[in-house]
Amino acid sequence: MGLVFKTETFRDDFTFSNSPASIRRFPFPFDRDAYAYSVNIEPHTKGAPGSVFEFPIDVDEHYVAEMHDRALVLKADPLRCQSLPHMITAEWDLVELLMTSMAEAYPEHFTLTRDGDAWHWINRPLGIDDRFTFGDTATLPLPPMEYITRQCQGDFSLLDQRDNNLWMDAGIVTTQADWSLDFDIGMNFMEWHGPVPLAHEAGVFDRALKFLLNLQLGRPVRRLNWTMTINPRLDTSPENYHKWGTDRTTVTTENVGDKVHLRVELQALWRLPRSNAIVFSIRCYLIKLSELVTSPKWARRLHRVLKSLPPELIDYKGLTRYHPQTVEWLSKFDDGAPTSPGIGPD
Amino acid sequence: MSGGAELRVKIAEIEPVATDVRRFRFVAADGGALPLFSGGAHVVVGMEAGDRRIRNAYSLMGSPFDESSYQVSVLKTRDSRGGSVFLHERVAVGDTLVISHPVNLFPVDRRARKHLFIAGGIGITPFLAMAEQLSEEGARFELHYAMRARDCGAYAEEAARLYGGRVHLYCSAEGRRLPVDALLANQPLGTHLYVCGPERMIEGVIGAARDAGWPEENLHAERFQAPPAGEPFRARLARSGISIDVGPHQSLLEALEAAGIDAPYLCRGGACGQCETAIVSCDGTLVHNDHYLTPEERAGAAKIMTCVSRLAGRELVLDL
Ligand code: FES
Repeated sequence: MGLVFKTETFRDDFTFSNSPASIRRFPFPFDRDAYAYSVNIEPHTKGAPGSVFEFPIDVDEHYVAEMHDRALVLKADPLRCQSLPHMITAEWDLVELLMTSMAEAYPEHFTLTRDGDAWHWINRPLGIDDRFTFGDTATLPLPPMEYITRQCQGDFSLLDQRDNNLWMDAGIVTTQADWSLDFDIGMNFMEWHGPVPLAHEAGVFDRALKFLLNLQLGRPVRRLNWTMTINPRLDTSPENYHKWGTDRTTVTTENVGDKVHLRVELQALWRLPRSNAIVFSIRCYLIKLSELVTSPKWARRLHRVLKSLPPELIDYKGLTRYHPQTVEWLSKFDDGAPTSPGIGPD
Repeated sequence: MSGGAELRVKIAEIEPVATDVRRFRFVAADGGALPLFSGGAHVVVGMEAGDRRIRNAYSLMGSPFDESSYQVSVLKTRDSRGGSVFLHERVAVGDTLVISHPVNLFPVDRRARKHLFIAGGIGITPFLAMAEQLSEEGARFELHYAMRARDCGAYAEEAARLYGGRVHLYCSAEGRRLPVDALLANQPLGTHLYVCGPERMIEGVIGAARDAGWPEENLHAERFQAPPAGEPFRARLARSGISIDVGPHQSLLEALEAAGIDAPYLCRGGACGQCETAIVSCDGTLVHNDHYLTPEERAGAAKIMTCVSRLAGRELVLDL
């Protein structure tokens, strides 16, 4: 397959954009015209060829640029990657999951050769060629989780399971939508879901936790989550609020299409074999609205969804400042025609 | 969603290891690698016994790092509902079986400074995998293994040979009893306790640990239980309109499955919570045999764990 990695930025001059092919495969998250809260968890099984669900770990045209951005974030703030000592087995589990999956899905870019514990990993897009002993941290240039997640798009957290709860005891989080690993590390499932409005009353988190505690080997699950971001900024962390918070005030009716981005997270959860921990991956996809409206169905539907959003969610997702301009701009693309079922473009 | 992803395995070896205990070694039917697992995990083994489909959970006891085979131990129980007798008498090397992916409801707590394992009888099996894993990882553990007589103590010698001074054996026929209080009183801070064995033993050891002031988070027990027999009753499924009879030696879950319903489960032993089902009404008294529902939930009589619990009475109406 012809993956061509783009040179682009997610900060300063914001040169990030999606190719037409990348727009078509964007994981548009709304399957109906009005907003409805749902946990919408489904098995993380092989999806349609070319879609973001085709492989367990999706690599796309933004790979190299995203990895470069991650390195910049870590350089400025090493606390974006942390792991408590008891998570080392889970870190190695993650190395295995990501390397085997990437090598199998994209053999022209990644190669893994295993001879017992002697592993050889080649990452051509990033120019990496390393031999190491699986399980022996001293043989890698970085701790195992950091080593491999600097080579894989998306944030990752490793959840330890004990006392009938899940604990966020390790992770690398550099593209977060306004949450902080440094703040959440060591917290349990209920604690880190503390601030979501409406969902607690519905008992959503109790059910989700019970479901995840019984998550099985060989049966990963996924869901899509969304928010919006001004400018194609991957790192919208609370630590850097001073850098991006004011972006929200810069949206005008004229620049909505270029500035406002739909931000979709493909969240996936896997049970890990050796550690019995769970890996929670959060892969972020960005699309500016002027790209999104090239699909008439998505344009209509996003307009209707945003219009029907309850005020507490507008607030929670941080859309308050630019919600009216965005809805107004999108209304130009909504002719009132019906939308087809499913999330794909027409 | 029912029990989960399945694996086809072939029986590669059957070996008697103690009175009424046999060890089975499974390899992947297609000759490939089996998924890795973590110490304390179990698999559910499916058995086609005549017109019945029996599914029993067994702890994986081999090395978690061995992708070439899985090992389980099966104790032939006198009041068996068919599973252990089936495996003892009706299968042979070369036969294939369908098993679940490994599920771990009894994992080690990796923050522990030391792991203290207490096993009774066949309860030794999960600890063999845990000990192997911890010994590989260089963690500190001790295994205390109580058995009735030497010939009942499967794996006693094997464990002693593998882990030397970390293994302590207590054989009641020889007058050696497990010194529970002394053991619990003399552990370094940060020790985690794991117990697996007969229910009475689990209760005794966990109770003693609580009395000795151990924090609740440091206490772990494998509380699987085979579905107890009871009076027959009828279950009506409110949504699908089906009525089924639950026999005296059949669990409610098995009766649902026999009626073609893809009911959820993971442990089939009252421990994981996966089979929780809402009750619409019940004519009789619920017999809760699980370790999952809280006392308040039991009193509320709105939920039942179909894998082990039943009704003493006429009819149970389920929201299914
Ligand atoms: S299947 Fe686990 S509690 Fe019933």
